[in-house]
Amino acid sequence: MTLAEGVQLVLFGLLAALVIGTALGVVLLSNIVYSAFLLGGVFLSISGLYVLLNAGFVAAAQILIYVGAVNVLILFGIMLVNKSQPFTPVRRGWIRLIATGGVCLGLFALLSTMILGTSWQLSTETPVGDGATVLIGMHFFSDFLLPFELASVLLLMALVGAIILARREFVPDEPPTDAISDALKLPERPRELVPAGREGSESPE
Amino acid sequence: MIPLEFYLLLAAALFCIGIYGLVTSRNVIRVLMSIELLLNAVNINLMAFSNYLDPATATGQVFTVFVISIAAAEAAVGLAIVLAIYRNRDTVDMEEFNLLKW
Repeated sequence: MTLAEGVQLVLFGLLAALVIGTALGVVLLSNIVYSAFLLGGVFLSISGLYVLLNAGFVAAAQILIYVGAVNVLILFGIMLVNKSQPFTPVRRGWIRLIATGGVCLGLFALLSTMILGTSWQLSTETPVGDGATVLIGMHFFSDFLLPFELASVLLLMALVGAIILARREFVPDEPPTDAISDALKLPERPRELVPAGREGSESPE
Repeated sequence: MIPLEFYLLLAAALFCIGIYGLVTSRNVIRVLMSIELLLNAVNINLMAFSNYLDPATATGQVFTVFVISIAAAEAAVGLAIVLAIYRNRDTVDMEEFNLLKW
């Protein structure tokens, strides 16, 4: 990053405040849709931090994958399971909240004493900057080839597994008679269809 | 140059917020969102170490790309599990999901 020292510091402060504020909103807001949109804010500000850290490729990947895929997926999940139900309060729920808050604050205190107490061996080499994209590609096809291929297989498995898990399970009563022609079908439980279109309008049939 | 400790402190704070949301949320979707916060905190750590301790080889950026891809797979499978369990129990409350609890 060829920015002045002060500009970098101000940008870091803004982005850090955005990350912490939106993350608190994700966790604390009661409306789940607001939380999902604030989660997109967290991802966007983290990609800004990656740009500050001389990593343009990962910043672009963060926006494409997290904001474009994961956040949209979560919004679709909210749309599919949206049920505004009042949660029945748990007996002595406040103890759980206070204990969790205490554990999290203690964890943060522990981590920050460790971070501030360690003398990091900072490197004096110049960062690769925009050449990082080429370097990442070379890593992927030389010393990280096996994890790269395993990740592609994992993504394929996640695709198939998500389809299998999310479809309506159907167990037929009688065993299939024609096993060969049905072998590639995924039977689904029949469901009542919601009529599309505006209310009151006549269906074309 | 911004000190490395700032990035690490930010990642630690994000991680703690994620843990808090993971434990205290009643809504299943919010639990999934908290897991994404945790993974992002880890990613910030990896990128900061990559830039400050090992800037010439960019190995940390490779790790971050792997974490991002695995997070995408995790979100897809997690939402599928949420849909299946929602169809089973007709609720999104974590306290009602006690099929395996005595």
